[in-house]
Amino acid sequence: MIEVKNIHKSFGDKTIIKDVSAVMKAGQCNLIIGTSGSGKTVLMKCMVGLFAPDSGEVLYHGQDFTAMNAEDKTEIRKEIGMLFQGAALFDSLTVEQNVMFPLSMFTKWTFRKKHERVNEVLARVNLVDANKKFPSELSGGMKKRVALARAIVLNPKFLFCDEPNSGLDPQTSLVIDRLIKEITIEYNITTVVNTHDMNSVMEIGNYILYMYQGNKEWEGTNKEIIFSKNQRLNDFIFASEFLKDAKDMRMLEETGKISNERNMEELLDKDAPTLVPPPDDE
Amino acid sequence: MTIFYDIGRYLLMIKGMFSRPENGKMYWKEFIHQCSEIGFGSLGIVAIISVFIGAVSTIQTAYQLVSPLIPPSTIGQIVRDTVILEFAPTLVCIVLAGVAGSRIASELGNMRVSEQIDALEIMGINTKTYLILPKIVASLLMIPLLVVMSMALGIWGGRLAGTAAGIISRSTYDRGLHEFFVPFNVFFALIKSYVFAFIISSIPAFYGYYVKGGALEIGRASTKAVVVSCILILFADYVLSALLLPT
Repeated sequence: MIEVKNIHKSFGDKTIIKDVSAVMKAGQCNLIIGTSGSGKTVLMKCMVGLFAPDSGEVLYHGQDFTAMNAEDKTEIRKEIGMLFQGAALFDSLTVEQNVMFPLSMFTKWTFRKKHERVNEVLARVNLVDANKKFPSELSGGMKKRVALARAIVLNPKFLFCDEPNSGLDPQTSLVIDRLIKEITIEYNITTVVNTHDMNSVMEIGNYILYMYQGNKEWEGTNKEIIFSKNQRLNDFIFASEFLKDAKDMRMLEETGKISNERNMEELLDKDAPTLVPPPDDE
Repeated sequence: MTIFYDIGRYLLMIKGMFSRPENGKMYWKEFIHQCSEIGFGSLGIVAIISVFIGAVSTIQTAYQLVSPLIPPSTIGQIVRDTVILEFAPTLVCIVLAGVAGSRIASELGNMRVSEQIDALEIMGINTKTYLILPKIVASLLMIPLLVVMSMALGIWGGRLAGTAAGIISRSTYDRGLHEFFVPFNVFFALIKSYVFAFIISSIPAFYGYYVKGGALEIGRASTKAVVVSCILILFADYVLSALLLPT
């Protein structure tokens, strides 16, 4: 479990995070969502120690990470895996060497044992026959999977994913989302995902923290988010075409009316196309 | 004020490098890799420059020695001393600031902007110790070796050019090399090469490590690193000459 208490962070005169608190439980995907510039990446970087917060606490296992000395922080960091937005793979190393790197640095295992573990995690992220490839030879989705394999190779207790779906097509995004969810449950990890992809929110969001201009605006689950009364959150989530049906369903449920001109029968029919037909050229 | 801020940050970076390695074997591997990159990676250019410096020194010295009272072996002496005292350490290190320095700055800069340094930090690795220290230690080992090699090649290049152009015979040139030889000059050149090696590795590492932005900023940082390194090399050259050479 990770506890964030009253985190405050400024850069110069500009306050980025204002008094944010949250509790992120193990075995579930905890999502930080918000528009670009809302402070979610800064919050995540404060949580992992890449930025020092101006005030507030980040508790891992109940211990204040922000107040620890360098050695204690290193011990906690060994339990952290992180998937970066751009994957952050080491360019000069092959896929196998990238995944093996944490093992070589922090274990005294034999090469054979390390090799077995690398193959095991690469298979777990559905990436086989890519061991000898360099990052420049991989697609965006493959890079993310290698980065995820590297993040989980030491069996971390905490997994941080910064925009795991950025730059990926919807299908690959879904694969990555499902992988994150499966791994979270399988290893009972506390997973924190930073995203503005509403598909991810609905797919994996056990706990959702919505940030707006550095403030915690709303928190809840992916079931509750649809029924939120928060106007800013509604503006954010219903900006997505994907969720317009859900919005209509909600309106229908609450008022008996739908919010747009669409046919009610079409809306309730799951197989019916949800896209507005193209206008006639007449 | 920025200059004081940068100096402070540079000193903190140097201080931050000295921590216990998480895994000695991995650090040793990185050190050997850097020795190969800095040493063998610069071998060709250093060899070419050194031979031509020696050759040009011989021809130009012969051109300026017009008095029949000065023995031809003096050409050997002058080429030897210029190569050992100045050309091998200073000129080669200025070239190395461009070759190795820009490589260090762009490598670290690229690692910074692509979040590879952050990835290492998250793993619990002291990135200053793992990424910068091996580069500096490898430079301190390899650059003086390159300078010694440059001395030998420069003197050999002078001999080759002198005999090829019919300016001086081999035996006369060799006699000149032995005359009035001061061993301290070699020692002085090595001191300079150690100081320059530190500058060549630590200054680009500083600019690369703290780069912010994208590809454009990496290029700028790399250029700035080379310019600052060259200025500091020339300044250190002057200071060391003024302090250590008896005049």
